[in-house]
Amino acid sequence: MKKWALLEENLLELIRRTSTDLPADVESALRRSCARAKPGSHARGILDMILSNVAAARDNDAPICQDTGTLLFYFTTPPGIDPLALMAATRKAVAQATSEGYLRENTLDALNNAPYPTNVGNGAPVFHFEPGARDTIRVRLMMKGGGSENMSAQYSLPDDRLKAGRDLEGVRRCVLDALVRAQGNGCAPGILGVCIGGDRATGYAHAKEQLLRRMDERSDVIALRRLEDRLLRESDRLGIGPMGLGGAPTLLGVKVGALSRLPASYFVTISYMCWAMRRRGVVLAPNGGVRKWLY
Amino acid sequence: MPLLISGRIYTGRDRLHRYLAEGGKCPVELRDGALFHCGPVMRREGARWRVIAAGPTTSIREEPYMAKIIATLGVRLIIGKGGMGPGTLAACRQYGCVYAQAVGGAAQVLAARVREAREGGFVKEFGIAEGLWELEVDTFPALVTMDATGHSLYERVARASRRVYRDLTSSAESGAAAGHG
Repeated sequence: MKKWALLEENLLELIRRTSTDLPADVESALRRSCARAKPGSHARGILDMILSNVAAARDNDAPICQDTGTLLFYFTTPPGIDPLALMAATRKAVAQATSEGYLRENTLDALNNAPYPTNVGNGAPVFHFEPGARDTIRVRLMMKGGGSENMSAQYSLPDDRLKAGRDLEGVRRCVLDALVRAQGNGCAPGILGVCIGGDRATGYAHAKEQLLRRMDERSDVIALRRLEDRLLRESDRLGIGPMGLGGAPTLLGVKVGALSRLPASYFVTISYMCWAMRRRGVVLAPNGGVRKWLY
Repeated sequence: MPLLISGRIYTGRDRLHRYLAEGGKCPVELRDGALFHCGPVMRREGARWRVIAAGPTTSIREEPYMAKIIATLGVRLIIGKGGMGPGTLAACRQYGCVYAQAVGGAAQVLAARVREAREGGFVKEFGIAEGLWELEVDTFPALVTMDATGHSLYERVARASRRVYRDLTSSAESGAAAGHG
């Protein structure tokens, strides 16, 4: 029992950090954008306030955003670790984080709209497990708000309306279209995770996983790296700007990945993440003790 | 136009809007008042409530209900994020109301401007995030982005971005694309 108590304690700390302390790579991207924005513009005013808010959340030890989001836990586990025990410990940590005010009462029953007071419900939190060879447990947590999730989109190519064929030019058209449709509603300047291929479900999952990449991590596939750079540049030309009030930046980053597909299907899936890109991670020893914090 | 709002505002989001638009009785007086699209994080401290985090939520979800609420309950100021549609814009013009954008995600900066919070209604029924909270705010920052004369900054930005999209995807620009075709 003691073993799980330590694990629970560190999972609670992971949730606390994720909710209140924006990762350094995201904050730096915001800071660079703010420095580039024209003094006196809406964009500059908004980015200044965003940066003050990031600092205030850290100082107050309180949520960066009141929408503490869908809780997505990504576990990499060594052989011999029981996933059910990890899930139970995580659910306890989520309930505790909710009672301590690090998470909003943010989970509703889909049929009768009743809130779950602990944020533990059918399908909440979300778990992803992947077997790992090392003798450590890696946990990454992403908190994704509903406003940004509502702006995510999936396209099936070819798309006649967009004149988008089954190639990277078609992918580019879909991403730009999704941005124009989203305007500022996903809390721009956001970060896009994009998946080319997969099926409808794996496309969304892989697009979200792109958001686990650090802001400075570029694709190691040359064609995708070029596409990422180009889309980031072109998003600024759209002039949507912070909160959709015009100007630049429209995005902080674009991360593109690809999965295999069926001959009949060519999906392009875009996961929109708000500027408050809350993701943290920790590497734990099998006894639940912290080896290293990630990001 | 930048605003610093001081005085009483009320929070409300999806469930409250639907309830009010369908003719439900409002437990507070919204006439000439301000409605903030927000589902806060609140903590009870003894007999009082403290606001832990309170930024705006996406307003466009209330588009089906907003015009009706402006018309029947006489709201004069809506605070939210992302702007609203033509129905709300028309109601703003007809009844004299404006929409102001608060910075999405700025939940700490905005919560710091709340001096006092009280339950306004439905907190038990709808939950903490969906309930109606009465907030006394002091110099709460927002920008008027939809006015009472029919102007919407969102419409202007969206139109311009659609124009750029057409340029970026015209054959000449796309041809200059990566040549992956």
